Amino acid sequence: MGEDLNKTPFYDMHLINGAKMVPFAGYDMPVQYPLGVMKEHQHTRTKAGLFDVSHMGQVILRGADYASTARALERLIPMDVQGLAEGRQRYGFFTNDAGGILDDLMFANRGDHIFMVVNAACKTADIAHLRAHLEPEIHVKEITNRALLALQGPMAQAVLAEHYPPIVDMKFMDVDTIPIAGAECWVSRSGYTGEDGFEISIPQAAAETVAAALADHADVEWIGLGARDSLRLEAGLCLYGHDIDTGTTPVEAALTWAIQKSRRAGGSAAGGFPGDTIILDQLAQGASRKRVGLTPQTRAPMREGVALYASEDSSTEIGTITSGGFGPTVGTPVAMGYVDIEMTATGTVLFGEVRGKRLPIQVSPLPHTPSNFKR
Amino acid sequence: MKFTEEHEWLREEDGVIVVGITEHASTQLGDIVFIELPEEGTTVSKDDEIVVIESVKAASDILSPLDGEIVEVNEMLADEPSKVNDDPMGDAWFFKIKPSDPSQMDEYMTEDAYNKLIG
Repeated sequence: MGEDLNKTPFYDMHLINGAKMVPFAGYDMPVQYPLGVMKEHQHTRTKAGLFDVSHMGQVILRGADYASTARALERLIPMDVQGLAEGRQRYGFFTNDAGGILDDLMFANRGDHIFMVVNAACKTADIAHLRAHLEPEIHVKEITNRALLALQGPMAQAVLAEHYPPIVDMKFMDVDTIPIAGAECWVSRSGYTGEDGFEISIPQAAAETVAAALADHADVEWIGLGARDSLRLEAGLCLYGHDIDTGTTPVEAALTWAIQKSRRAGGSAAGGFPGDTIILDQLAQGASRKRVGLTPQTRAPMREGVALYASEDSSTEIGTITSGGFGPTVGTPVAMGYVDIEMTATGTVLFGEVRGKRLPIQVSPLPHTPSNFKR
Repeated sequence: MKFTEEHEWLREEDGVIVVGITEHASTQLGDIVFIELPEEGTTVSKDDEIVVIESVKAASDILSPLDGEIVEVNEMLADEPSKVNDDPMGDAWFFKIKPSDPSQMDEYMTEDAYNKLIG
């Protein structure tokens, strides 16, 4: 193992820190450190966790100016890119002609260009998709000489402020270029844990120096993919390939909040993205199923793939769990999944089939834990 | 005390065998969040999947190491599954089985052999 897997610039640091490494999206990645998933999760919620997310794709789109680049990208994603202010970031997703989701991503207005972060498993396809569908004037550049770290948790700001005091002025989804340990870092105040925090793009040559400067702080611990998954699940955030994919539309996935007014019917840049007819129709009419939060009513976790039923003896499947496990902060099992639209009201009790037994599970609001973003 | 390749320990106590998992297994499983135990009085066969352990990472099965009858289960684990991480070789035993063929114990490892297995 490991021979044909990519390594991030932090690979040696992970080993030194006792990480258990696993293959993930073609990379040899830390799934947990000696602290263990539960304590890593709690540490991130109470102090600050440092995540290696260098496997994710960093992409720059550059046209004649921001406006023309934004117009071009709007043909591939149903987000208001043109109206995004300089120094701000948004969540978005590429759609396909069936209204499904090809990948979810973050994109930022960096003044004269757009900076995007996409999922590791999708990055090759995303870049090919961008090159195939954007006009030749828009240059699509994959950034392969920068590492990516996420620093997440209530102490994240204080940790970064020791290197760059004005960091306290950044708001949720702001982006900026700031120096950390002498390196020019591209920082966004965002993340994927439900906590306040930052994602930090670092020149590869300075990657270990910056990581060490952050990890040496008494309140910072390295956090692996295991806790990253339980954190994002509690935060109600979708994992591509599990909770969303080419077969789920944004309306079904309850991601309509990410489709701004300008792209909806009657908006200044309505439609004009793949699957627009289907998605705009579903925005008006609703979809036949929806992603909801689910809380198992016993101590047994219900994981991805568990079939859901309306009663203990019904033979008709009315939904499926797409992510599930134990929520260390909630202290009970937590899950999310797709349920027939008639059954999506909060408080509805459904039954999940686990090892041949039907166990109660309740439709519940997302997130499972309150978010702590700095608005 | 005897040990299985499935990382269970077996301790004889007044004609019944107390079964739990080893320190090594509990470390490998990670933080344990749920345990489903068999019902007392159940007759089981060797290699039946009779316990489900769920950690934050995944679900695993524990196989019955012997033919016999489950005479007692450790109810405490239903409420405090994390005890298996804290004290796997002591308080956090899983079940007690009355073996129908006590000679099945002979095929299991000594502590020395088990320690060699896990290196």
